[in-house]
Amino acid sequence: MGKIVRSMLLIMIIFTLAVVGCSNGTTPANSTSTSGETGEQTKQNGEAAGQEKVELTFFYPVAVGGPLTKIIDQMAAEFNQQQSNIVVKPVYTGSYQDTTTKVQAAVQGNNPPDVAVMLSTELFTMLDMDAVIPLDDFVAKDGGNEYLNDFYPGFMANSQVDGKTYSIPFQRSTIVLYYNKDAFRDAGLDPEKPPQNWDELVTYAQKLTKDGQWGVEIPTSGFTYWMFQAFALQNGKNMMSEDGKQVFFDTPENVEALQLWVDLAKKHKVMPEGVIDWATVPSDFLEGKTAMMYHTTGNLTNVKNNATFDFGVAYLPAKKTYGSPTGGGNFYIFKGIDAQKQEAAWKFIRFMTEPERAAQWSMDTGYVATRKSAYETDKMNAYVADFPAAAVARDQLEYAHAELSTHNNGRVTKALNDSLQAAITGQLDPAAALRKAQEEAEKVLAPFNQ
Amino acid sequence: MEREQRLASFKVNAYAWLLLLPSLIFLVLFTFYPVIQTVLLSFYQADLGTPEPLFNGIDNYKRMLEDDVFWKVITNNLWFALWTVPTSMVLALLMALYANHVLRGKGFIRTAYFYPTVLPMIAAANIWLFIYTPEYGALSHVLQWIGLDQLNWLGDQDLVMWAMVIMVVWKEAGYFMIFYLAGLQNISQELYESASVDGARPWTVFRRVTFPLLMPTTLFVMIIATTNSFKLVDHLVIMTKGGPDNASSLLLYYIYEHAFTFWDQGMAATLTFVMIVILLLIAAVQFFGMDKKIHYN
Repeated sequence: MGKIVRSMLLIMIIFTLAVVGCSNGTTPANSTSTSGETGEQTKQNGEAAGQEKVELTFFYPVAVGGPLTKIIDQMAAEFNQQQSNIVVKPVYTGSYQDTTTKVQAAVQGNNPPDVAVMLSTELFTMLDMDAVIPLDDFVAKDGGNEYLNDFYPGFMANSQVDGKTYSIPFQRSTIVLYYNKDAFRDAGLDPEKPPQNWDELVTYAQKLTKDGQWGVEIPTSGFTYWMFQAFALQNGKNMMSEDGKQVFFDTPENVEALQLWVDLAKKHKVMPEGVIDWATVPSDFLEGKTAMMYHTTGNLTNVKNNATFDFGVAYLPAKKTYGSPTGGGNFYIFKGIDAQKQEAAWKFIRFMTEPERAAQWSMDTGYVATRKSAYETDKMNAYVADFPAAAVARDQLEYAHAELSTHNNGRVTKALNDSLQAAITGQLDPAAALRKAQEEAEKVLAPFNQ
Repeated sequence: MEREQRLASFKVNAYAWLLLLPSLIFLVLFTFYPVIQTVLLSFYQADLGTPEPLFNGIDNYKRMLEDDVFWKVITNNLWFALWTVPTSMVLALLMALYANHVLRGKGFIRTAYFYPTVLPMIAAANIWLFIYTPEYGALSHVLQWIGLDQLNWLGDQDLVMWAMVIMVVWKEAGYFMIFYLAGLQNISQELYESASVDGARPWTVFRRVTFPLLMPTTLFVMIIATTNSFKLVDHLVIMTKGGPDNASSLLLYYIYEHAFTFWDQGMAATLTFVMIVILLLIAAVQFFGMDKKIHYN
C-alpha cells in the first residue's frame, strides 16, 4: 500500500508541475493568435539565433466580399521578400468586431499583436486601454507632414487626437449608392441620372419597386449607426464632438432623417420591412432583388466582378448637402512590444501605404486609396478612365466626415444601433428612439466628462 | 486494535483522496477558482473608464436591476426555455418510441433523427441563416411557391425568437432521443408481456408502464435541456447578434457583449453570477424536488 501511495504522490507532483509549467510557458509566447503555428514559430526562432529576424504578428479583419485574405497574404509575402530581417505573419481575425475583441483580449493578457488593422473608430477605446503608441516620431523621421498631408483629411479625422497621430488609414471607405442601370431603363428612368436628393430617392424607388424587386435596400444590421450617420450628415450635422465625449443623437434633423428611413419601408413600401442584414444586401443587389443599395465602396470590386447587369455608382442622395461618414480600418502599433518591433511595424505600414500599393489595393477591393498620390499613379489613372465608378467614393470625400467614434465606443454605438432598430421594426417612433439613445449614451459618457 | 483500525481506514481514505486528486485539481483550478474570482470581481467597477478595478460594493447589481435590456434578456431566456425544453422533450420521446418500434430501416431512421446533433452549432446556424434569409432563402422559396408572403424571420422582433426556437428544437430533439431510446431499451420485456396478457390498451401501457419507467431519463433530459437553453449562444453570434434591438438576445450573449464589446468586466462578472445562480437553482430544484417522486427500476 505504502508503495502505491508514494508512487501516486509522485505522479501527482509531476502532473501538477506539468500543468503549472504549461501555464507559465504559454504566457510570454504569442499564444492567443498563433497557437496553430507553433511549428513554424520554432523554425523561425531557430533562424533568429542566426540572423536576428524580427517577427511581426499582424491582425486584420475582412468586412466585404471577395478574396481579401489572399490579397493581404500576397502583400505581406511581398514585404517579406523585400526585407531580409523582418517577417510579417498576417493573422485573419474575422470581422472588425471579432478583431477588436481579439486585440483587446490580447492586450489584457499582456500579449498584444505587434500591428493590427482595426476600425478607425476604436481609437478612443485603445487610448482608454493605454494600448497603442503615437506614431509622430516615426512620421517625423520618415516623411513628416509631407507623408501625412498626402492622406485625405476625411480619413485622418478619425486617426488623430489632441494633435497626435495614432493610426494610419488603410482600408477606408465611404458609403455610396449602387444602382442597377438595366432596372432604371425598365422603369423608364434615365440610367445616367441617379437620385440626387431624398425626394428623388423616394420617387425613383417607387418607380423601381415591382414584383420580386425592391426599389432600395439600406442594411440595418451590423453598421446601423453608420448608415444613419450618412442621413444625419446630409441633414446638416455630425453626431458627435471631436473629443469623443459628447453625442448629438436626438436633434430635430436626425428625427427627420430617421423618419425618412422608417418611411421607406412602412409608408412608401419601397424597401423590405424589418432589419435587413449587412451581408445579404450586396447579394440581393447582384441577384436583382433590389434596384438600388446603400453600401460601402469596399464592395465595389466584388459587385464589379459579379454583376450580370449594367450598374452605376453615385453619391448618396442629398438633403441640405451631400454627405457620408468615412469608414473602415487603420493600422495601429501596440504598446508593450520592444522598440525594434515597433520600428519594423512602422516599416510595414509605410510599405502597405505606398501610393502604388494603395492604388493596387483600391483596384483589388474597391476601398478608397487613402492617399492623393495613389490617384496620380499611371495604373490608377488608367483604371479610373476605364471604370469611372472607382473614383466616386474618392470624390464624395469632399462631403465626408469622421465616423461616429467616442469613448467607450462599443457601448455608445450599441445604444444607437438598438434604438435605430427599434424604430425600424416599429417598436418606437423616431423621436422616442433617438431620445432613448441619447440618454443612454450620455450615461455611458458621463465618467469621461468629469 | 482500535488504533490499527483507524490507521487502516485513514489509509483507505487517503488512497481515495489521491485517486480523486487529479479531478479535484482541475475542478479547483478551472471551476471553483474562476467562480470565486468572478463573484469578487462583480463587486468592482472594472471597465474602460476605470482600467484599475475600483471597489463599488453592490453598485453593479443595482445598475443591472435598473437595466431594461437585462430584463428583456432574462424574459427572452425564460421564454426560450419554456418553448424549447418541453417541445424538444416531447418530440424526442415520440421519435424514440417510433425509432424503437419501427421494423424496417431502423438504422436510417435513427440516423436521420440524430444527424442534427452531429453538426456543430455554427454550421447549423449557417444552414438556418440561409433557410431564414428573405428574398432567396429556402423558406422564402417555399412560402412563395405556395403563394404566401415572405417573412423576414430574423429581422422582425416578433418572429426572431420563434425562428430561434424552431432551430434549437430541431437541433436538440435528436440528441435527447438517444437518451430516451436507451431508456426504452432498458425496460424489461416481461412487463409488456404481462400487460398484453392482461389485455391493456397501448395508451394504458404507455401511461402505466413505459412513461413511469422512463422518469429517470426524463429527469436527466430535463436538466440537460433546461441548462442548455441558458447556455446556448453560438447561433446568436452567427444569425442575429442578439438583434433586432435585443429581441433575440440571451443571457450568455449579453455577458459576452459586456465582457468583449463594452469591455465592462465588472458588469460581465455580475451577470455571470446571476447565470451561475440560475443554473444552480435549476439543478437543485430538479434534483432535490423531483428526484424523490421518481420510481427507479
